[in-house]
Amino acid sequence: MSRRLVITGLGATTPLGGDVPSTWRAALAGTPGAKTLQQDWVQQYELPVTFAAEVAVEPAEVLSRPETRRMDRSTQLGMVAAREAWADAGLSDAELDGERVGISFATGIGGVWTLLNSWDTLREKGPRRVLPMTVPMLMPNGAAGAISLEFGAQAGARTAVSACASGVEALIMALDLLNSGEADVVLAGGTEAAIHPLPLAAFANMQALSRRNDDPAAASRPYDVDRDGFVMGEGAGALVIETEEHAKARGATVYAELAGGAVTSDAHHITAPDPEGMGASRAVRKALASADVEITDVTHVNAHATSTPLGDVPEYVAMKSVFGSHLDSVCVSATKSQTGHLLGAAGAVESVFTVKALADRKAPVTINLENQDPEIPLDVVSGTPRDLGQGDQVAICSSFGFGGHNAVAAFSTY
Amino acid sequence: MADKNEILAGLAEIVEEETGLETEEIQLDKSFTEDLDIDSISMMTIVVNAEEKFDVKIPDEEVKNLTTVGDAVDYIANAAG
Repeated sequence: MSRRLVITGLGATTPLGGDVPSTWRAALAGTPGAKTLQQDWVQQYELPVTFAAEVAVEPAEVLSRPETRRMDRSTQLGMVAAREAWADAGLSDAELDGERVGISFATGIGGVWTLLNSWDTLREKGPRRVLPMTVPMLMPNGAAGAISLEFGAQAGARTAVSACASGVEALIMALDLLNSGEADVVLAGGTEAAIHPLPLAAFANMQALSRRNDDPAAASRPYDVDRDGFVMGEGAGALVIETEEHAKARGATVYAELAGGAVTSDAHHITAPDPEGMGASRAVRKALASADVEITDVTHVNAHATSTPLGDVPEYVAMKSVFGSHLDSVCVSATKSQTGHLLGAAGAVESVFTVKALADRKAPVTINLENQDPEIPLDVVSGTPRDLGQGDQVAICSSFGFGGHNAVAAFSTY
Repeated sequence: MADKNEILAGLAEIVEEETGLETEEIQLDKSFTEDLDIDSISMMTIVVNAEEKFDVKIPDEEVKNLTTVGDAVDYIANAAG
């Protein structure tokens, strides 16, 4: 069964802002989210990368103390975004059948702070001091579970774990769940809170992170010739997706339609993207086919564009192979230039951006693009937001992850 | 023997931290499960934190006997004494 699916609620907590309105304003203005880290552990461990894009609003400022104690930081951020999306959709007081409400909430790494803090506690104080909530806090499905409890969602609480493709894959799992007929409403999203010395050291050692320690604001520069890696970010994004029928029946306001989506896997290399972008282009084609739209309907892409020397080119190659000459008519936003790379939350936050772009007819800017890589001749939105104009149009959000995961969601104006 | 009022105050802080209940609600005659709605995982968290705070051992098999806040205060007072 394929039904029209609409997006009726948005939530986010990001390095740009503690909610969608503040994040979106910043994304249109062009705001660098990365800053030098002030934590003692940066110097203590002599980390090779000393900056990251931390959330603008600490979750402890908006959650109760018991909530912050019983949830890993990744679940805390997910909960903040989920609550905003839920309220934004007007579901706080709605009469819902819990058995028809699902959750699809992704993460790349899960409760890495809890896991490593608990290990420290075990070694320093012994096993008795390891808190009983450790397991539900560290498990990657912790956010999905907590959010299902929050909203009484009983149609399944799923967790996509596909590294940096997780956020978009969560949307596609939501789409599948809704199309299966087993749910009318799904809250989908992704979260990540991995700005911890271990992931920072590990990503740095694989040469994935920018080393621009003297100028964090300029470090995330997708498509620029001087890009030298991604900037670790944290945050969460959430979207309420429901069947058009359900949204209409309760008089909900619709931002955009979730028209289609697809997941593919490269089977090429565990971390390196296929240089020809075969898996990525296949995901875009399949997503557009599932949305039943033409290539020429697409006007905007929120690209994965992490700012790594290795990753940005194959994504362009993939787009070129799909869109051909129409690519000249597609404007591309690389919002990781502002937010940094939110790993498992990236696709969720970028989907929020893509939906907002269609709803407001404005594509957000790509910052730090000073000398565009001649190998990537895309029409990149930089400087000022791009007016998308009127008329029906389609925008896609792409995410790719270590493991060879490719996930693409297609949205259309409503 | 440790001062039971001090133990109660310290225990109330631990319970408040874990549950968000006001410290004034944490009284000697309150049942952890019936009155304070504390589940077994929260109870174990409170026990582990109390062991650290009061430098006592509360064996797992004793925890089920600690029905009320007063039971816990007495146990800690005796163990610390």
